[in-house]
Amino acid sequence: MRVVMTSNYFEILRGGINTTFQDKGRENLYHIGIPFSGVMDNRNFLLANKLVGNHLTAPVIEFAYQGPHLRYTGDQLNFVITGDVIFKIKKKDYEIDGDCYHSYHLENGDEINIISTNKSVYGYFAIGSEIDLKFQWNSCSINTKANIGSNNGKKLDSGQKINLLKINSDKTLKNVNYINNKIENIRVIKGTNFDYFSDEGKKIFFEKEFIVSKLSDRMGMRLEGPKIENIVNTNIKSEGLVKGVIQVPADGNPIIMLSDHGTVGGYPKIGVVVSVDYDRLVQLAPGSKVKFQEIELSDAETLFKLYEMETKNLLNQIL
Amino acid sequence: MLKNISNLGDAALYCDFGIQVNKATNLEVIKYFNTIREKKIKGINNLTPSYNKLIISFDLRVTTFSEIKNKIENLDTTIEQNKNNKKIEVPVCCEENFALDKSRLEKKLNLSYQEILTKFFDKEYFCYMTGFIAGMPFLGDIDENLRTQRLETPRVKVPQGSVGITEQFANIYSFDSPGGWNIIGNTPLKVFDDSKERDPNLINPGDTIVFKKISRQEYESSNDK
Repeated sequence: MRVVMTSNYFEILRGGINTTFQDKGRENLYHIGIPFSGVMDNRNFLLANKLVGNHLTAPVIEFAYQGPHLRYTGDQLNFVITGDVIFKIKKKDYEIDGDCYHSYHLENGDEINIISTNKSVYGYFAIGSEIDLKFQWNSCSINTKANIGSNNGKKLDSGQKINLLKINSDKTLKNVNYINNKIENIRVIKGTNFDYFSDEGKKIFFEKEFIVSKLSDRMGMRLEGPKIENIVNTNIKSEGLVKGVIQVPADGNPIIMLSDHGTVGGYPKIGVVVSVDYDRLVQLAPGSKVKFQEIELSDAETLFKLYEMETKNLLNQIL
Repeated sequence: MLKNISNLGDAALYCDFGIQVNKATNLEVIKYFNTIREKKIKGINNLTPSYNKLIISFDLRVTTFSEIKNKIENLDTTIEQNKNNKKIEVPVCCEENFALDKSRLEKKLNLSYQEILTKFFDKEYFCYMTGFIAGMPFLGDIDENLRTQRLETPRVKVPQGSVGITEQFANIYSFDSPGGWNIIGNTPLKVFDDSKERDPNLINPGDTIVFKKISRQEYESSNDK
């Protein structure tokens, strides 16, 4: 009998700025204070998994700005990077610049150096293998604020190992043509406290430019711009929040709730970003200029359906 | 009573139970919360009850606002529910180093700390909701003479276990977290335990809480510490 000791793993030579395992996130836990978490950019997550022959919702590595530098030990496998990302693949004798949306073979000793995202925030690294991860409430997603999920709820750091369980048997290389387009007009539905703001404040909200602040992370995106004046009350009784809600605290600068947001909040809600724009919203890097544009619920629903169809078409192009 | 349902964006319902924040309103919110949970309505992926609101999130790939609204409007909430609300005793140490806002509260409320604590501990509290951070309970109502605003500048880090008060409410910080409530003491009790997937929260909406004053010695020797 042959004893097979499979020890396929990545060593993390550099963790990157905010590198975490993510999947589709956790449902039905808002009432105990746990947000969805999960990938920020869902389309790039699905494409990454499809390109390496995984389950569409398998765990991936999400990175922000600078990604990890990894060395691989083990049997051949496939990997892919999605997003708008600059990365290098180092083989034994040479180094190449990698292309996003193209899967590559990885051999024992190869290195991947994810240098940075390009005028965007998040990128995805999918491995054609099952990863050895802890799941909490059916999700491996790391929530670094509550220390929930795989890796004890902490971001990945240099010196750590990522252990693989079962490498996918199909190692066909796949690719898809896809370009991430930037968003400038964020479409929103009026919020439940829209009338807390002065006429001038409402006008500013829909007409003026706002700049994405450096103080943005997986919890929220802060914006800076002309102050939006509140004429009713800058506090409301704490109540539930959802992804995309735009709160305006007393300082008049809007904050958009993102995937790791606090589940309740007490600032007035001026608007909610529609679902169709969420993947592109999260990719806005600090310094980006944006405008808000009002949209009706029925239009938001139709646009989301079209976006979903487009995602499906892209996935179907990957054979 | 459920007064109005509107949309919060394109993938959530905003159910308004009126402007009154009291136990009766909140019990109505919790009744809807429990009934909807038991019904397991297709597409609903989160429910967030609060004092007088219930937010229902759904998966826009599966359903729509009008579909869910219709189901909620026709919901039968008269069915007797399994009431498994608990009464929980929470030990709190209010000695130096724990009572971070002792002098601020004495000044704001114009009461001695002894008087503040007597009023605080001489009451049963009702859990309206949990959230903001995992497991944090929002309890009420505190004595009328103890009501004051949040700190003008919130703390960057409130220590885990801190018991805070603001307006008519008290809370417990389940983790180190930013926060602006007035801290009167600290509990050694673990309020959130993520190793329990089924029931990670010690305190849930509808539960009754009794705070019990303990000494530093009792605090240090507590099992949870």
